Amino acid sequence: MIDHDNAYGGLVEARDDARWAFGTGFDDPLAGVDTTLPPGVDGGALAVYCLMLADDALVASQRLAQWSTHAPELEEEVALANIGLDLLGQARLLLARAAAADASVVPALPAGSPVPPEDALAFFRGASEFRNVVLCEIANGDFADAVARLLIFSTWRLALLQRLRSSADPVLAAVAAKGANEVTYHRDYAARWVVTLAGGTDLSRRRIAAAIPRVWPYVAELFTGHPTERSLVATGVGVDTAELRPEFDKVIGTVLHAAGLPVPDIADAVGMTGRDGAHSAALDAMLAEMQDVARTHPIGRW
Amino acid sequence: MAVTITPVDLERARKVAATVRDPEMPMLTLADLGVLRDVASVGSAVVVTITPTYSGCPAMATIRADLVVALHAAGFDDVDVRTALDPPWSTDWISADGRRALTEHGIAPPGPTPARSAGPVALTLAAPSRTTHCPLCGSADTQETSYFGSTACTALHQCRRCGEPFARVKEI
Repeated sequence: MIDHDNAYGGLVEARDDARWAFGTGFDDPLAGVDTTLPPGVDGGALAVYCLMLADDALVASQRLAQWSTHAPELEEEVALANIGLDLLGQARLLLARAAAADASVVPALPAGSPVPPEDALAFFRGASEFRNVVLCEIANGDFADAVARLLIFSTWRLALLQRLRSSADPVLAAVAAKGANEVTYHRDYAARWVVTLAGGTDLSRRRIAAAIPRVWPYVAELFTGHPTERSLVATGVGVDTAELRPEFDKVIGTVLHAAGLPVPDIADAVGMTGRDGAHSAALDAMLAEMQDVARTHPIGRW
Repeated sequence: MAVTITPVDLERARKVAATVRDPEMPMLTLADLGVLRDVASVGSAVVVTITPTYSGCPAMATIRADLVVALHAAGFDDVDVRTALDPPWSTDWISADGRRALTEHGIAPPGPTPARSAGPVALTLAAPSRTTHCPLCGSADTQETSYFGSTACTALHQCRRCGEPFARVKEI
């Protein structure tokens, strides 16, 4: 019988490291899932597409995790960490799907390395190999910046995942269906905080009123489809992101109207396409911290 | 020793797997939680299929390990734990026994999940008007204090009558 009252007892009992929160013994999140490519689907393109969706989630998750011990209230810290954890889970599934669709996307590691493909992809690619949109990587500002970015990101991602539920790739469809249910909570959380801050004190209103235009220059990229994304639309695997814009505008318009804030009229000022690996310096700094331990010990076990 | 699993053995394996407990909410068995999809035999192996609650649920690795330990202890040497992602887990799958066990342990069980359609997901700007009964004193006079709680699947509430804080399993 497994001892649920004594955490240390439980760790010793299993005689493996699956019970340890930290370790190299992660199971494949797609263990037992049929990852055969559907007929007519190009594995290489599907892998790159899954990396894009995975990197959005992974980088956003890391930024949310950076709020731990910094959030204004314990409850919000727990909320941001929980949202980050959901996104990390989505990233793991999508990285594993990418690796299963085309093993050549996984960086080669020294012989004897115990690092599974999902970790090789997360920790052993440089910034120029990351495919996330730039919105996800910009450095954390204040709490208003956090909820403004989360509103934009989760509104866009929910619209995307909701359409991917019917993807011609059954694995991607299943990951999207699960993720959409989670991101629904994330969007509601962010939307309520935008309205709450706008209706709060002079200071909170000033902060959120400044945060929305600060994040807005990164919106245009979300709806600029990459050629790889577009190539997967015809086979029913991918979604044309340009089609998501009306739904996005409607939701954001509803939230900003409820908050009494204007919809910004700001052109795309980013001039970078994260989908092609062109990123801001913020991603380099983030990855340097995130990847340091794994890269220092590529064949380490702990 | 590789032997074929008899129907009687398989039934026993099913019972063992069904009574393994969730590490985060140990008042629930995996069967009560609705994450146990299937227990089957393939040659001499017991193949258990489970489904994750949330994509990032950190309990999944422990659940896999616990299943293997429990089945080994019951004499099944060859155990394979597989994942099924589709359809996604829903709190609607928590059994009546599971809901009762949650309440007895001070956790409010989830209500029915909202209907989902293929189109755009509706935005919920106001906190939902559902009534959550305090699992400690039974009062309906409770409020949600945080949308996210100590685990991925719970929200935090407080009872206005007895003053106690409590967790509620969120509908998903």
